[in-house]
Amino acid sequence: MATAWESVRALASGFATTFKHLWRPPITEEYPEYKRPLPVRSRARIILTRDPDGAERCVACYLCSAVCPVSCISMQATESEDGRRYAAWFRINFARCIYCGFCEEACPTSAIQLTPDFENCQRDILKLVYEKQDLLVDHQGKDKEYNFYKYAGVATDVGAKGAHHREEKPVNIRSNLP
Amino acid sequence: MLTWIAGFILLIVKLGLVLGVLLLLAAYLVWVERKFLARLQIRYGPNRAGKFGLLQPIADTIKMMTKEDTVPEAADRIIFLGAPAVVALTALLMFAVVPFGPTLMIAGRQIPLVITDLNVGLLFIFALSSLAVYGVALGGWASNSKFSLLGGIRGAAQMISYELALGLALVPIVLLARSLSLVDIVNAQADYPFVVVQPISFAIFVIAAMAESKRIPFDLPEAENELGAGYHTEYSGMRFGLFFLGEYVHMQVFGALVAVFFLGGWRGPWLPPPVWLLLKIMLVALIMIWIRGTLPRLRYDQLMALGWKVLIPLALVNIMVTGAVSLL
Repeated sequence: MATAWESVRALASGFATTFKHLWRPPITEEYPEYKRPLPVRSRARIILTRDPDGAERCVACYLCSAVCPVSCISMQATESEDGRRYAAWFRINFARCIYCGFCEEACPTSAIQLTPDFENCQRDILKLVYEKQDLLVDHQGKDKEYNFYKYAGVATDVGAKGAHHREEKPVNIRSNLP
Repeated sequence: MLTWIAGFILLIVKLGLVLGVLLLLAAYLVWVERKFLARLQIRYGPNRAGKFGLLQPIADTIKMMTKEDTVPEAADRIIFLGAPAVVALTALLMFAVVPFGPTLMIAGRQIPLVITDLNVGLLFIFALSSLAVYGVALGGWASNSKFSLLGGIRGAAQMISYELALGLALVPIVLLARSLSLVDIVNAQADYPFVVVQPISFAIFVIAAMAESKRIPFDLPEAENELGAGYHTEYSGMRFGLFFLGEYVHMQVFGALVAVFFLGGWRGPWLPPPVWLLLKIMLVALIMIWIRGTLPRLRYDQLMALGWKVLIPLALVNIMVTGAVSLL
């Protein structure tokens, strides 16, 4: 009898809980009308950023393309007259991209970055293939300060080897032997 | 001859009205269920198709109609195609004996507001609700999939267990009304609804009816998270729609039966009788949805224990007590 009374009370408290919830305002966020501000580090559409001087950051090292688990990044490396490497063309197929962010982690120059902008669906699948001019933006993204060629140890017309910001002169490997 | 034709036309009109109201109500019962359940879970529910999502049932119907109707290659084709019809048909046929108003007098002719006043109406309802299990069991078997088969077997076992309690719960009502006809049972409640004198019967009937209509605390034949929709796993398109329709018509029929057996049927002050019946059906449906929003699914052995060890003995004791009291 005691257990029967217990179970009746348990049932009643359950029904009371759901009845109370009936009068609470719904907590649903209604998406197209209300867009929740997403965290800056949330992962969606990929961009190619520029360094603080306004030059392209990408040095076409192929690391993002190599790490990409679905092989959706492709590019062709080339070199400008001042000795800087850059991508002749750069293509991301967003129809295959899984937005894992590995490319961003692999990038040594903070060039490739993911943004919170996720509303880019298309009816025509080929419209999801983004070329370099679609990817390139005019800002530094999340990494405001970083300028690869100032630390690179690569001779460019910004400076010779070891002449860059906070860089030491290259070591003479022949005088460095034990 | 003329009276025969007039009677025939009247019957067709009544059939059309009842069928139309039932189907429309089934569609909007889905909407009510989704809305009400959503509010119990502090969500909005459907609100995109039309104002308050009121066009949602129409959108769903169009979706179901235009979807591909797939039949698995290994399925037993004829039985597979026929099974959903059994579920929908038995649910719809049950409404044939439910009275929705007193006898009308129009131009000196008596028009009973019931499709057919069978003198064994109660037995007719039991027969049909037992037949409904064939739709579930055959659909599950013909799909030739292990999940569907498990769902079908569970459905059959559950139906057999709860059919007994359902029947026994109504014996005291028959004792009180001294008739198996639903019209007479409603007439016997002119003074007071039977729920006042038969609360235990009422509780047993509601629990068993929920088990019969496979709703949530007893939805083991479907069991989304174990069987992936159970007996209708392999169904798609409008055939799935028929199973769905059957379930919601079942809900209304049981709402109507609870009203007829315990709440006085169409009886009520001020409003016209069919409106009272509809109100009572909606009340029962809302309570069923509330139960769905509150209780988790029973385990299989708990389901069987509740049916055989609690409900059936309780119903038998209740019959004895009612019989003894009416002998005094």
